[in-house]
Amino acid sequence: MVRTVNTDEIIENIKEMCIEANHYLSSDMDEAMKKAVTTEKSELGRKILNQLQDNLKIADEETIPICQDTGMAVIFLEVGQDVHFEGMAIEDAVNEGVRQGYTEGFLRKSVVGDPLIRENTKDNTPAVVHYSIVPGEKVKITMAPKGFGSENMSRIFMLKPADGIEGVKRAILTAVKDAGPNACPPMVVGVGIGGTFEKCALLAKKALTRPVNEHSDIPYIKDMEEELLGKINQLGIGPGGLGGTTTALAVNINTYATHIAGLPVAVNICCHVNRHVVREL
Amino acid sequence: MDKHINTPITEEVTKDLKAGDYVYITGTVYVARDAAHKRMIEALDRGEELPIDIKDAVIYYMGPSPAREGRPIGSAGPTTASRMDKYAPRLLDLGEKAMIGKGKRTKEVIDAIIRNHAVYFAAIGGAGALLSKCITKSEIVCYEDLGAEAIRKIEVKDFPVIVVIDREGNNLYETAIKEYHTLKEM
Repeated sequence: MVRTVNTDEIIENIKEMCIEANHYLSSDMDEAMKKAVTTEKSELGRKILNQLQDNLKIADEETIPICQDTGMAVIFLEVGQDVHFEGMAIEDAVNEGVRQGYTEGFLRKSVVGDPLIRENTKDNTPAVVHYSIVPGEKVKITMAPKGFGSENMSRIFMLKPADGIEGVKRAILTAVKDAGPNACPPMVVGVGIGGTFEKCALLAKKALTRPVNEHSDIPYIKDMEEELLGKINQLGIGPGGLGGTTTALAVNINTYATHIAGLPVAVNICCHVNRHVVREL
Repeated sequence: MDKHINTPITEEVTKDLKAGDYVYITGTVYVARDAAHKRMIEALDRGEELPIDIKDAVIYYMGPSPAREGRPIGSAGPTTASRMDKYAPRLLDLGEKAMIGKGKRTKEVIDAIIRNHAVYFAAIGGAGALLSKCITKSEIVCYEDLGAEAIRKIEVKDFPVIVVIDREGNNLYETAIKEYHTLKEM
């Protein structure tokens, strides 16, 4: 049966999600940040992690964005194939929600309309929207504002099949090592393996929206996530890049089928303000 | 070591700052990031004066979120300094004495720090709400059309930073990481 969803509902939800994501960390991130304070070995590292705890408290209590870079709005829209949208064009509705959220929420407008002419659009639109059509009659919205300190340190490697799993691990460690202090560690490392050039980048981005306390359900990938997190935390980068044992909070890996000739690996790095809010309408 | 300093940052001040020192800054600080730096350098290229008094100045690489009513500023943490690397040596040669940002710098910037007895501080990335509490005043000086990227003059009180690169060229990002690096091979 077809279910009608009015785009006003999309606008309202996106608006609220922009504001929510930028002021409160999700519970998985919150727990990971609290745990890091107790396990970090460096004294300066612990001091920084404690200040980040204070920062989260101030953001929450005084409604100040956790980070001034309130990001470019990245939105995953999973639309049930039995949904019928009524109202405006869906992408216009998403952008209207972002516009209202960033304006009414006192969030920073960080988007330029053209990558080379570089004039600020002054309302943080357009968003980056990824659609997928799924069975059912629900609309699932994942809102993940992305800061560019860490986005700029992300990488794609078009490896050869012969590079194998060791090559993949090396690529991920290289990306994290090179990101260092620039990516505002402790980071969350989103990884895509397989697919095509663009598919693996999207897998990596989507991996960042998975709660940091959940692993891949593929056993050998879960093992790789755990092994890489251990190795990354032996790199010494630490909180703020000023040395320590907490360089990453999680490594989330997504995989997909790929071509006989290829082994694409994308590493999308996120800072400790890894924002993701999910709602289902 | 914890230290308290006041702006302007003179050579007398930088001579006692060592990589790894935890420093609280009080006084006037300029705020500028990518687009403002580009414009300042373009102004210099045209033979014009800079819109700020650069001598012994501190530039904080930052673009705040909008202030809510009754507050001087919104969230106000550091942005990645490497994007200013192209412009920083010229400003340091003109008298800028301190930069606040986060992340690595190029050799050209480090050389300019040493040459001019300057200093590079890191503020904690992603702590914009906390850092905003140390800012008591904020006004736009110029380039208002740049929005979050306009040049601002702010007053700070006990603003917490860490000396990452001191005037001898010691680099905390390199030394601190070695101490905790235990990975045998990649």
